[in-house]
Amino acid sequence: MTRFNAFTLLKNAVTGHKNWTEQWPDSQPKSEYDVIIVGAGGHGLGAAYYLASQHGITNVAVIDKGWLGGGNTGRNTTIIRSNYLYDESARLFDHAVDLWEGLSQELNYNVMYSRRGCLMLAHNVHDVQSFKRHIHANRLNGVDNRWLTTEECKDYCPPLNVSPNARYPVMGGALQERAGTARHDAVAWGYARGAAMRGVDIIQNCAVTAIRRNPDGSVAGVETEKGFIKAKKVAVSAAGHTSVVMQTAGVRLPLESYPLQALVSEPVKPIFPCVVMSNAVHAYISQSDKGELVIGSGTDQYTSYSQRGGLPLIEHTVAAITEVFPIFNRMRMLRKWGGIVDVTPDRSAILGKTPVEGLYVNCGWGTGGFKATPGAAHVFAWTIAKNEPHPINAPFTLDRFRTGRLIDEAAAAAVAH
Amino acid sequence: MLLIHCPYCDETLPEAEFTYAGQAHVVRAQDPSSQDDGQWEDFLFMRENARGPHYERWRHFHGCGRFFNAVRDTVSDKFLTTYKAGDARPDLSSLLEGQE
Ligand SMILES: Cc1cc2nc3c(=O)[nH]c(=O)nc-3n(C[C@H](O)[C@H](O)[C@H](O)COP(=O)(O)OP(=O)(O)OC[C@H]3O[C@@H](n4cnc5c(N)ncnc54)[C@H](O)[C@@H]3O)c2cc1C
Ligand SMILES: [Zn+2]
Repeated sequence: MTRFNAFTLLKNAVTGHKNWTEQWPDSQPKSEYDVIIVGAGGHGLGAAYYLASQHGITNVAVIDKGWLGGGNTGRNTTIIRSNYLYDESARLFDHAVDLWEGLSQELNYNVMYSRRGCLMLAHNVHDVQSFKRHIHANRLNGVDNRWLTTEECKDYCPPLNVSPNARYPVMGGALQERAGTARHDAVAWGYARGAAMRGVDIIQNCAVTAIRRNPDGSVAGVETEKGFIKAKKVAVSAAGHTSVVMQTAGVRLPLESYPLQALVSEPVKPIFPCVVMSNAVHAYISQSDKGELVIGSGTDQYTSYSQRGGLPLIEHTVAAITEVFPIFNRMRMLRKWGGIVDVTPDRSAILGKTPVEGLYVNCGWGTGGFKATPGAAHVFAWTIAKNEPHPINAPFTLDRFRTGRLIDEAAAAAVAH
Repeated sequence: MLLIHCPYCDETLPEAEFTYAGQAHVVRAQDPSSQDDGQWEDFLFMRENARGPHYERWRHFHGCGRFFNAVRDTVSDKFLTTYKAGDARPDLSSLLEGQE
């Protein structure tokens, strides 16, 4: 596989860019692997990459029912931040942000991580109090986050409407400067290329229909559309479909799958300098490098696997955006889509071992797992390789819903994105 | 936008009038103190999350205000039926008859 650098770019420019080689082969399944990862999103591909690059485990397959990166990885609004309330979450998301910073260099693939800052708007007294609490908790954890007054918010993000008569008045905001965005597809592609380069098979358009277990209960392998594949270990990273897949191994998960929608506008010149989140009205916005406004909404109210979602929600989101940013009220929207997100009762992920020997799970990222991709993939690979959790993911167990040791970001009201 | 039939008002109305209220037929134990942690986990947190027909509760929030039950296919989002709270769970095979 070609290493990308100025020289190869120049060489291929001279030959009209006709001689680039493929970045990963379209593999067919072998009969047996050391590790099979179900789901070729950023989390699954990343885990394969770290298994190969950090643990020397290369007899690995990543299997997807569709194209790699075609799930939530390729559908999300790419907000990256780490200012979560609880110690456990702060460690996990900050670990991810640490990895984001060096990811393009590590992968030799430009994931376009952009530290443009994320501003969370406070529209009411409750927001003000809860964001300030977050800021203090974050600073104790060494996570940057600071309070901006209304005027400072306006300075930081000029398109903002801070009129006291606004329908959603801006009473200030929490700013994490280290937060930002990245190019979602490039994350999947970069990890895929890095994994394939080290011998990992990436098998696309091959749904896993069931997980098989040995008579002693341990994992035996997976049934797929292309037949049975044996595996010593199976790791499931299938986002909204995780509970469906895990059920075939007899493992129940506290997950509910909801549609989450997003939309983009026509592309315009650079106008929007940062990421703005408005949790109270469920509107999330940034501008892509192509110039489109990228707008995220909240989840639909009902569970679904339809990858569509309803129009009333889009109407609500666009109404909120045009209230907060009246400058955009004549922008035309080009496309909208939905992804299926896997939501846990406490809004924190489940990342670790399962009651089945040799079966691992990384799920429950809900509406906010893109930001965690490198961190989660890194500790997931560790867990699979060593058959024990990394200290960072150790609290994110499945059995916390029995013991009651929740990581209750839901109650902390940090709407995840 | 989903169109939902309220079995109390006997009208089919837009989704915006309704709120979703989670999986139906989740029964709280008669004698809570007899329940162990695993049973509480089941009751509080474990849900079917069915891919396909799903028994669920809705509330006609901006109408009669009442809770009722529904069977909806979570792949197509099509409602197979709605029925009053307290009615028995309808038989799935008869609902699926006549569906494509
Ligand atoms: C509209 C939207 C906006 C979002 N915005 C943000 C945001 O701003 N910031 C943020 O941090 N997060 C955001 N998220 C959440 C984020 O996208 C996800 O948490 C994250 O991308 C999950 O990554 P993943 O690799 O686990 O899942 P995915 O990328 O969904 O990968 C799972 C893969 O599993 C495959 N699969 C499923 N079932 C099977 C099977 N039976 N056999 C084989 N393969 C299977 C799927 O095809 C899929 O490719 C958003 C999500 C959506 C939908
Ligand atoms: Zn009614």
